[in-house]
Amino acid sequence: MTLVYPVQSLAAHPPRLSPAYKSTVKRSPSKPLIPMRHTLSELTGPVYGHETVRENDHDLTIQGKSEPLGERIIVHGHVLDEDGRGVPNTLVELWQANACGRYVHVVDQHPAPLDPNFTGAGRAQSDAQGYYRFVTIKPGAYPWGNHHNAWRPAHIHFSVFGHSFVSRLVTQMYFPGDPLFPFDPIFNSVTDEKARNRMISAFDLENTKPDWALCYRFNIVLRGRNATPMEKK
Amino acid sequence: MQQPKPDGVTPSQTVGPYFAYGLTSNGKYDWNDAFTNNLVTADTSGERIRIEGQVFDGDGAVVPDCMLEIWQADAQGRFSDPQDKRALPNTSFKGFGRIGTDAKGGYAFDTIKPGQVADPDGKPQAPHIMLAVFARGMLLHNYSRIYFDGEAANASDPVLALVPADRRATLIATRQPGGNAVYRFDIHLQGDKETVFFDV
Repeated sequence: MTLVYPVQSLAAHPPRLSPAYKSTVKRSPSKPLIPMRHTLSELTGPVYGHETVRENDHDLTIQGKSEPLGERIIVHGHVLDEDGRGVPNTLVELWQANACGRYVHVVDQHPAPLDPNFTGAGRAQSDAQGYYRFVTIKPGAYPWGNHHNAWRPAHIHFSVFGHSFVSRLVTQMYFPGDPLFPFDPIFNSVTDEKARNRMISAFDLENTKPDWALCYRFNIVLRGRNATPMEKK
Repeated sequence: MQQPKPDGVTPSQTVGPYFAYGLTSNGKYDWNDAFTNNLVTADTSGERIRIEGQVFDGDGAVVPDCMLEIWQADAQGRFSDPQDKRALPNTSFKGFGRIGTDAKGGYAFDTIKPGQVADPDGKPQAPHIMLAVFARGMLLHNYSRIYFDGEAANASDPVLALVPADRRATLIATRQPGGNAVYRFDIHLQGDKETVFFDV
C-alpha cells in the first residue's frame, strides 16, 4: 500500500495569518508558498523505536518524588491516517501546564504555583494498531497577553510524526465543554466547526478507572490516504 | 484494524512559547531529549558539516522561541526509513534532528552532507535537507529546503526550478570562510527576504 498526501487535506488547518492571534501577524509568510510534487524527501520520515521511549515516559504522575497535585486523568486514543487506519509505532510527545495552569518553562512567570512533582512532559509510542495512552493531570487554564483578559482554554500540546515528514503534526487537545472556547483566537483560528471539534477530546466514561482517574479519548488524524483504494481495482 | 473513516485531519495548532521543556530540553529541564541537533553517529560516513543561522520575523527581529526540525538522506542519498525501498543504510544515522533557537534566534545542526535523491521521474535532485519551522505565532509549521552553494547540481534541480529566480538564494546555505565545512542558512519568516516555503 502506498500512501499519498493530497494538499487538499491541509484545508482543515488554520490560515497561517490569523490576525486575532496577534503573534501570527509578523510570523506568517507574506509571499505565496510554492507548490511542488512530493519526492522521496517528503514521502519518507524519521522512524524511532522503543529506544526513544522509556518505560514510564507515558505517566506524568510518577516522574517526581511523590504525586503531583490536581485531577488525575487518562488520555488515550488512536493515531489514524485519513482512511481510519491506525498509524503503528509512531512517536507521540506531549507537554502541558500543571493543574494551576503554570508551565515549568522559565518564560512562564505568571502568579500561579509550580508543582515540584510535575514537569508536564511525556512521550509514548503508538502500538501496532496506532493506540497510545498517557496518565497525567488535568491542566488548568492560564492567562496570556494576546488581548485584555485573555485566557487559554485548558489544553494539552501534542506532537506526532506519522508515516512521512509531511504527515508531521503539532496540535493541542482541548477538553469538552470549556467555557473559554468562544474567546480563544488560537482555538478559533480553525474556521470550520467540524474541524475545530476534532481538537476536542471526548469524555470516556467506559475507560474511566473507578476510584482512581477520569478518562478522555483523543484520536489524532494525520495526513495520508491510500493511493489506490480497493473499490477502484 | 480500521476505525470509521475520519471526516478530516486533526487541525494544526501552534507549538506555543513553552515547548522547550518537552521537546528541546537540552539539559535545561528535568527531561531527556528524544532528538538533538547532532545527527552524526560514530559510524556515519560522509562529509561532516555544520549548518547554522538565525531566525527572523517580519520586522527583522530575532525569533528566540522557534523550533527547527530537519530530515535528510545519508551521504549515499538513502533515507533511514523502510519506505525508501532501496538497500537501507547499514549505519545508525537516523537523518532527523531538532533544536530550539537561542536568545539571539540562533541555531546549529551538526550533520553530514546528504547525497542526491531522485525526484518522481527518476531525475536526480541536488543535495538538500528538508526543514520544518515551528514557533509561537505559527499555527501551522512551514516547510522549506536547505540547498548548498557551489553545488553544480543546483542548476538542474527540479524543485529549485519551480522557485522564482530572485528568491532561489533564500534556499541556499552559504559556505563560510575557513577550513571547517560550516554553512550559513538564515530563515526569514516574512518580508522582502522571506525564505521560500513550499506548499506540500
